Amino acid sequence: MNNLLSLNNLIKSFGGLTAVAGVSFNVAEKSIVGLIGPNGAGKTTVFNLITGNYRPDSGNVIFARHDITKTPTHEIVSKGIARTFQTIRLFPEMTVLENVLAGCHCRMRAGVLASMFHTPAQRREERSAIEKAMRELAFVGLDDQYANLAKNLSYGNQRLLEVARALATEPRFLILDEPAGGMNDQETADLIGLIQAIRSRGIAVLLIEHDMHLVMQVCEKLVVLEYGAVIAEGTPAEIKANPLVIKAYLGSEELD
Amino acid sequence: MEEFLQQLTNGLAVGGIYALIALGYTMVYGVLRLINFAHGDLFTLGAYLGFTLLASFGLSGVIGGLAGAGLLVLMALIFVGLVGVMLERAAYRPLRNSDRLSAVVSALGASIFLQNAMMLLYGARPQVYPVRLLPTASFMLMGVEIPFTRVLLFSSSLALMFLLFWFINRTRVGAAIRAVAIDQGAAKLVGIDVNRIISLVFLIGPALGGAAGVMVGLYYGQITHDMGLNYGLKAFIAAILGGIGNIPGAMLGGLLLGVIEALGTAYFAVGWKDAFAFLVLILILIVRPTGLLGERVADKI
Repeated sequence: MNNLLSLNNLIKSFGGLTAVAGVSFNVAEKSIVGLIGPNGAGKTTVFNLITGNYRPDSGNVIFARHDITKTPTHEIVSKGIARTFQTIRLFPEMTVLENVLAGCHCRMRAGVLASMFHTPAQRREERSAIEKAMRELAFVGLDDQYANLAKNLSYGNQRLLEVARALATEPRFLILDEPAGGMNDQETADLIGLIQAIRSRGIAVLLIEHDMHLVMQVCEKLVVLEYGAVIAEGTPAEIKANPLVIKAYLGSEELD
Repeated sequence: MEEFLQQLTNGLAVGGIYALIALGYTMVYGVLRLINFAHGDLFTLGAYLGFTLLASFGLSGVIGGLAGAGLLVLMALIFVGLVGVMLERAAYRPLRNSDRLSAVVSALGASIFLQNAMMLLYGARPQVYPVRLLPTASFMLMGVEIPFTRVLLFSSSLALMFLLFWFINRTRVGAAIRAVAIDQGAAKLVGIDVNRIISLVFLIGPALGGAAGVMVGLYYGQITHDMGLNYGLKAFIAAILGGIGNIPGAMLGGLLLGVIEALGTAYFAVGWKDAFAFLVLILILIVRPTGLLGERVADKI
């Protein structure tokens, strides 16, 4: 299978602390990969290196055969990488629909002038953007909430709105940072279905998640980080049986 | 009653000018948490641009009256907007990631630079708009004679404000501006080019200020190189009064301040004109520091 994303020997330190110490792994097209590890292992830092929030000290990030190590964040998004956040970062004072429309922004051509003078082409584009945004809201099951302010949604729904906003950027690769955080069992079960539905649209998914049940069920491949380095990589079954992982990540408990 | 109506209409006309300038402060503050101290001087630049077009290029001979005034406002909008974009590139963008005080000092420097550049070019003496483009007619309202120019000034500033309000709240680019104001990091990650949005804000804010400059020139006829200081300060107070960072707040604050000033000078004394503005500032900072429409607790400048 083709690799969509390759991380090659990424290193990032903050002051004296090396948060990511030579991380390399690949994500195949249309696959679901989980990044797991104890708290402080450097998982979120790896995400931030992929999306250009941080620049690595060395190493590179290859996405769809292009080196995006030095690409500005908003261009990385228009190349097809989208993400959600561990702590929700919606635009709280805007409506649910407007939040998703913000995600459509980079796929639209009409400039500022066209937008000010409301040209017919721009109006058509605006209309199709609204239709697309509503489709994404329906996809995550929030279409009936479109007129509400984002800050008034429940916690689980805010997470879903972040997913819809990310999908509106038309990604080929979606990064989910602890999507099940704060969700109840029913919502988590629905999330598993949603992640699989995202993949069946041809979008590869990389997720950080502490809910082992979700990770084991949904991921085809797991990458285990500890102290900023990859200590194991493989299918969920392989990871479960890997003594290194059991020792490092779970102490003596069993994985399931 | 007659005096009251006179002063009310006068206050609304001047308040419209304050509101237009205040929008520039509030928009820039909204996306960058920075007070653009050079904004008052961009307003002056608009006034001088109108003067130059009228005096040197003889624009007054070609077109006259209202169409000419409209054209002047439009040209000031475009030109001062472009200067605003250049100002952001030169004075603010290089300091984007340094601490806030550096940007404030840079803003003060830009203000001094612009003010002195205009003094070098045009001299320190006041300049007078060579022709009066606005009609001198007036009409009667409830027994009070109201100059037509006041209505014109008020309605054109109102029109510009509503255009902006619509743009910010009803278009996708406007939504992107709001998104950047709320969370720059998240805006980047949904694919919004934050630098372009900031440039756009520095196009729109100064453009409105420049338009206000021409309007003052047309209304009062006389302009000075340092009038940006006074108008800028008043507009800044108006922005704080309405709640800095809040667009409807700037509109409301400007109109309110204009009316308070006009009524205050009419019923107390002319010499106290500026004192009323500062009294308003002090009161609002004590009673409601977030401004009339502000929700968030204001950050330190």
